[in-house]
Amino acid sequence: MAGNREFANRRLHSLLGVIPLGIFVIQHLVVNHYATNGVESFNKAANFMGGLPFRIFLETFIIFLPLAYHAIYGIYIAFTAKNNVGRYSYFRNWMFMLQRLTGIITLIFVAWHLWETRIAAARGSDVNFDMMSNILDNPFMVAFYIIGIVSTTFHFANGLWSFAVTWGLTISPRAQRITTYVTMVIFVALSYVGISAILAFV
Amino acid sequence: MAENKNVRFIITRQDNPDSAPYQVEFVLPYRPNMNVISALMEIRRNPVQANGDKTAPITWDMNCLEEVCGACSMVINGKPRQACTALVDQLEQPIRLEPMRTFPVIRDLQVDRSRMFDSLKKVKAWIPIDGTYDLGPGPRMPERKRQWAYELSKCMTCGVCLEACPNVNSSSDYIGPQPLSQVRLFNAHPTGAMNAPERLNAIMGDGGIASCGMSQNCVQSCPKGIPLTTSIAALNRDTTIQSFRNFFGSDR
Ligand code: HEM
Ligand code: SF4
Ligand code: FES
Repeated sequence: MAGNREFANRRLHSLLGVIPLGIFVIQHLVVNHYATNGVESFNKAANFMGGLPFRIFLETFIIFLPLAYHAIYGIYIAFTAKNNVGRYSYFRNWMFMLQRLTGIITLIFVAWHLWETRIAAARGSDVNFDMMSNILDNPFMVAFYIIGIVSTTFHFANGLWSFAVTWGLTISPRAQRITTYVTMVIFVALSYVGISAILAFV
Repeated sequence: MAENKNVRFIITRQDNPDSAPYQVEFVLPYRPNMNVISALMEIRRNPVQANGDKTAPITWDMNCLEEVCGACSMVINGKPRQACTALVDQLEQPIRLEPMRTFPVIRDLQVDRSRMFDSLKKVKAWIPIDGTYDLGPGPRMPERKRQWAYELSKCMTCGVCLEACPNVNSSSDYIGPQPLSQVRLFNAHPTGAMNAPERLNAIMGDGGIASCGMSQNCVQSCPKGIPLTTSIAALNRDTTIQSFRNFFGSDR
């Protein structure tokens, strides 16, 4: 225990998972939900988001840099665990394993999703309803997007639970149990918002 | 009836710290109220394998024989626990014994638990009261606090919580739940509290509290029922505050 970097690094990782990444995920899913009101409604919202002032600055500091830090460090954390749900099949041990698994699924999904949308936009495509309905033309992609979204919302919701423990907000078993219920409600609610938006493009 | 009943054991052995483990089967006559230690003693008395070959007796650690020293901890039917309180009548057969591989195996079921004692030194799990003159009695401890602190003091450094933890392994330098909970114990003590920042700073080092990933296997596994995850969460709060004090400065 000579060094002293890990504590600060882990706390930064935890903080970035909620602020800004978690806030961004909620915002992103809610804005996408405009798709359920039709093509016009979604395009208006997408244009508003795409036309925000200082967009590159916002994207870099609210999304790309925090995501890169959280994802790269998250993979390191995930691979230093030796999962043992076979021997110790307790609820929290399953959540521990799923937090790491969904982190990796989310990373694969986000990388693909960025490639198809943000990087495509940088190379000249228009981000609009048609772009998404073309992507989701294929039932395989619909499944991939739904898995990606559910994985992200689980990772975020269960991450909120561990965030509360990491910072010492929930200490007693009762506080931690109630937070489990609250975060699982958040998981279901965000998954509903995300999946209903996806199905609107199909 | 009981006279001709047998008990089967499958024991993972290892001849020295670097050699490969192998499994050996033993069949012994059943005796009422047998526990895993008395079975191992029976094998030591007559070290003959199930296939009839004579072998060297099994090596294991033990001391108190009443689940207070932690020395006899081993993995019994997949779960780490104390061999002295593992009653044969309550175990599914064949009974499988393995060493706790989180620790270096010395021989057979005997492991080297010194990393836990080293951790206790690192986190300063004691109360410094030595001096050149008598400092008099220390402050009193509130009864309510004494009650939960007493539970933490039951830790016998057995290592079961480290064995159960997915984050205590060869690719991580995490010290595990046991020394962390001791920091909470000594910080709760009215005299020990005077050195609380030193202990908190110690567990804020690499391999300290930040390496906990909250699988909470420890609290499910601790034979003494110590609220390890409550200790860790309470220390998370204390280290949060300590980190602000370290950064911004403070009056304590
Ligand atoms: C993209 C790839 C990602 C990977 C590989 C990843 C990995 C991880 C891992 C392994 C943890 C567990 C940390 C711990 O228990 O100490 C974690 C925690 C967390 N992650 Fe992620 N994550 C990723 C993306 C995200 C995203 C997009 C969000 C936002 C929704 C997020 C939010 C969180 C939160 C809130 C925590 C809890 C922090 C804590 O334990 O205090 N992660 N992440
Ligand atoms: S906290 Fe419990 S499981 Fe861990 S070493 Fe102490 S007595 Fe054993
Ligand atoms: S011999 Fe002391 S705990 Fe078993």
